Amino acid sequence: MRLLRVRGLSVSLGGRRVLEGVDLAIAPGEIVTIVGPNGSGKSTLLRALIGAVPAAAGIIERQSGLRMGYVPQKLALDSSLPLKVRHFLDLPRPVSPGERARALDEAGAGGLEERQLAALSGGQLQRVLLARALLGRPQLLLLDEATQGLDQPAAANFYRRIEALRNRTGAAILMVSHELHVVMSASDRVICLNGHVCCAGKPEQVASAPEYRALFGTGTGGALALYRHEHDHAHEHEHHHPHGHDRPHAHEHHHDHHGEHAP
Amino acid sequence: MSLLLAPFMLRAALAATGVALAAAPLGAFVVWRRMAYFGDAISHGAMLGVALALAASLPVFWGVLAVTLVLALAVAALAGRGVPVDTLLGVAAHGALALGLVAVSFVPGVRIDLMAYLFGDVLAVGGADLALIWAGVALLLGLVAWRWRALLLSAVDEDLAIASGLSPRRERLTLMLALALLVAFSLKVVGALLISALLILPAAAARPLARGPGRMVAIAMGIGAASALGGLALAALADSPAAPSIVSLATLAFLLTHGLDSLRR
Repeated sequence: MRLLRVRGLSVSLGGRRVLEGVDLAIAPGEIVTIVGPNGSGKSTLLRALIGAVPAAAGIIERQSGLRMGYVPQKLALDSSLPLKVRHFLDLPRPVSPGERARALDEAGAGGLEERQLAALSGGQLQRVLLARALLGRPQLLLLDEATQGLDQPAAANFYRRIEALRNRTGAAILMVSHELHVVMSASDRVICLNGHVCCAGKPEQVASAPEYRALFGTGTGGALALYRHEHDHAHEHEHHHPHGHDRPHAHEHHHDHHGEHAP
Repeated sequence: MSLLLAPFMLRAALAATGVALAAAPLGAFVVWRRMAYFGDAISHGAMLGVALALAASLPVFWGVLAVTLVLALAVAALAGRGVPVDTLLGVAAHGALALGLVAVSFVPGVRIDLMAYLFGDVLAVGGADLALIWAGVALLLGLVAWRWRALLLSAVDEDLAIASGLSPRRERLTLMLALALLVAFSLKVVGALLISALLILPAAAARPLARGPGRMVAIAMGIGAASALGGLALAALADSPAAPSIVSLATLAFLLTHGLDSLRR
């Protein structure tokens, strides 16, 4: 059973092809993370899934009646609009004070009801956005760079909260992130995106995939070192997609790959 | 003083208050969505509507409504494309105004008081005008109340609105059509050039005093109505032009609330 299945999804923004032939499926209760460099179409993919940008090709199948919750990277809120947290949580449907307090507590934003949305810190805003998404009792929660601007302990804390949430509610989580090592440890599956799906699989498989190394190899030595030490080196290679990459993102591929197997 | 209680003054007061009450919530959305230019484009298009209505011997209200609706739809379509629209809106606003003024001069056999359309002639409002204005006020306030949460969430964040099953495009269109209607029925009260001011000023003046969106609209309604009544009183007592007096008072309110707010910080 799948909550969501995407096949051959392509998206163009302003005449530029941002996503090309993306395949993706989410099962109930799993945490899937999309990683990829800036401009790789991660946010666009989430926006396509909620219907905010049209698909140029491909299909998005949702389980009928699927409840999705969306936590954007930031709000487009203008400072001329005065809005307390409790006003915000009442959109688009008013909720009872009890429901509101429960959602805020669950998201770690308890007691913020009377604060102005525009005056919240980055982390507080993220938790309020999460609380609003939880009010819809989502079966699938979409998080876009939810920890941007948070320091590392705060980000790790946020991911633990997400994991606890999944364990308690059984909701599936699809999130976009660039904090590779934190994300890697909190995810059931990782999808490496760069306009198309470069590689996908369990975190340790993706971390050692040459496609992933080509994208992140040089910049994330620490994260990869972590995996080199913590995981055995008997990699399965059938998850490497053999399709040709039309983007010139593979530079030192083989170096990195061999380097990893060196003692 | 007796001038203040004359029947035409009472009609003017009712008309101006009605327009101010309807303009306040729409003005708040125009401010929140940074759409001041849209208001200008639509209201300046009213002059073209006046010219077309006179040429076709139709009531001015319907000519203005038709042109402003077309402009609103065109502008909404442009905004949905993601084209940088401010230049296009500037062209639409002043192009329509200029074209309207030129067209009016060619309408044969009609000598019209241009000033009345550009700046309004609230003291000449008749009973039928008043009925039209208040029907429009009721319609607009009802529309905003009915769509309130959807309009608000779309103003907060369009992607969130979509994720909640709303259509921000539809809400934007609702707002555009409401603006077109407001311009059509308030042309006689404030004129084509000052409608935008009456939209934006009370809402902007209310901002420092408000902690929530509903409160901001309510305060804007109060400031708008007070400016309308005060402006008319000024017109009656000091013989100043009515609509500019109303807008001047709203400007004063804006300066006061923002001045006090910056002192408090």
